[in-house]
Amino acid sequence: MCPRVHSVRELENNPHFNAGKGSVLTSSGTVEMEACIMDGNMKCGAVSGLTTVVNAISLARLVMERTPHIYLAFDGAEAFAREHGVETLDASHFITPENIQRLKQAKEANRVQIDYTQPMQKKEEDTATADGDSQTGTVGCVAVDSDGNLAAATSTGGLVNKMVGRIGDTPLIGAGTYANSLCAVSATGKGEAIIRGTVARDVAALMEFKGLSLEEAAACVVKERVPKGNVGLVAVSATGEVTMPFNTTGMFRACATEDGYSEIAIWPLTKD
Amino acid sequence: MVGWAIAVHGGAGVDPNLPHHRQEEAKQVLARCLNMGISALRSSLPAVDVVELVVRELESDPVFNSGRGSALTEKGTAEMEASIMDGVGRRCGAVSGVTTVKNPISLARLVMDKSPHSYLAFAGAEEFARLHGAEVVDNDYFITEDNKGMLKLAKEANTIMFDYRIPTVLSDTCGASVENPLQMNGLPISVYAPETVGCVVVDAQGRCAAATSTGGLMNKMCGRIGDSPLIGAGTYACGLCGVSCTGEGEAIIRGTLARDVAAVMEYKGLGLQAAVDFVVKERLDEGKAGMIAVSRNGEVGCGFNTNGMFRGFATEDGFVEVGIW
Repeated sequence: MCPRVHSVRELENNPHFNAGKGSVLTSSGTVEMEACIMDGNMKCGAVSGLTTVVNAISLARLVMERTPHIYLAFDGAEAFAREHGVETLDASHFITPENIQRLKQAKEANRVQIDYTQPMQKKEEDTATADGDSQTGTVGCVAVDSDGNLAAATSTGGLVNKMVGRIGDTPLIGAGTYANSLCAVSATGKGEAIIRGTVARDVAALMEFKGLSLEEAAACVVKERVPKGNVGLVAVSATGEVTMPFNTTGMFRACATEDGYSEIAIWPLTKD
Repeated sequence: MVGWAIAVHGGAGVDPNLPHHRQEEAKQVLARCLNMGISALRSSLPAVDVVELVVRELESDPVFNSGRGSALTEKGTAEMEASIMDGVGRRCGAVSGVTTVKNPISLARLVMDKSPHSYLAFAGAEEFARLHGAEVVDNDYFITEDNKGMLKLAKEANTIMFDYRIPTVLSDTCGASVENPLQMNGLPISVYAPETVGCVVVDAQGRCAAATSTGGLMNKMCGRIGDSPLIGAGTYACGLCGVSCTGEGEAIIRGTLARDVAAVMEYKGLGLQAAVDFVVKERLDEGKAGMIAVSRNGEVGCGFNTNGMFRGFATEDGFVEVGIW
């Protein structure tokens, strides 16, 4: 199995992140998971509306490899999963007590919120910034191998108290996930803002059409294309650069490169 | 103030043997919808209202593959999808897996205007439609005798062309490896239902908008989502331009075609038609798709690398054109 699928599967299986087991709940108290995978050869697969598939990211990969389509959703995606014998569990497996509590709080505060946001008693007009005060729980992974082959994968349970049927940025090629021969990008944050900003594609487009470096392109997208408090991303380039900018207060992130550099952080790093 | 401009399409990848009367019929529908858009623009309706109005009309007419007349899933049902985007503030709304809503494009508009989200699908989208009193009809309303016959032919052809359950060399490339120019998405062109509809408009205030609606691919798997509802793939609008694409959904998604027209203008400084030409040439496999576009300066643009695209254009200074080839 390729390393990025493996990494995302591990993250899905860890209940501390908002993907797979531990996914946040819809307004009806159900789990609806989505995921997307793309490699640098422009092959891609995506799924939405999964309720029983243990590893959404692996189903996205099956869609990529075993169907003439790119994107399957809801009942059709579940039926496809069964046809291919992927591991499924009762929908209740994915629901954790923490997320039942989170939904309750979100309903009391009457809002739709990102992942792990703790509902704070803020004034109405603060809602936009309150959305940003979140530690993001969608998971993603980007990788470049020593031959320069790139890939990106993203998986999520979506937003707490989201409407049933809501699709976010994660499964959308060019929004939450994108890879081509130059770079691979996985984004996280407020899905609606990321969709409008076509965030993942724009990092690549700035490199391709404007000649920016990976770091410049990613910084430009986070600064210019999405309102503050709404987005973070991880990206790697074919030449082995890594960048992880965000305009939220923090982002769970980690990276490692072949030359031994590694970094694990949540908050902004203080730079001179 | 700039001059307004409007473009409509009814799909790319046309059967060269399409009977003459069918060609004329399609052109008449395009002309009628174009005129409806022109009247709305003359009445100073905002661009986003005009694209919705025109696409509603295209959906309601059974000639094209959207709303009534939608292509059918492998189970013989209609599963429609649509998206709309307003260049002002890059607001957007999208729906997939719609089975009873008479005008999917208006449901996409409701998602944009009345929900905290950008994209609702399947049961959740249907529930949202009922909550907001969108007009609903039986799924049978969307199904035409023509399309029942096409589905039968597609099934016969598909069992030979590819079967996704049997991994073959074909499935390694997302089904994009069928090179015969007389096929689209693995179907013979005669049964391929290309007629996704779209409309792009720039109004006299320079506001751009885009809308796209489709029944999807004939004989598609249930749950398959194509490019039409995907912002940046089938539909995109921003301060610079509005774009609607049509053709093989998977190729359009991979190429993020609609966004790329805008990105090339924004990041490379190209004009509208140059951007469309660049994207068709550089970002799209040969024979796969086409697009219509308008810019905030009142220009219209169009490009396709299929054999034909149903399309129509009009600008305020009196230019009107409806064509297929």
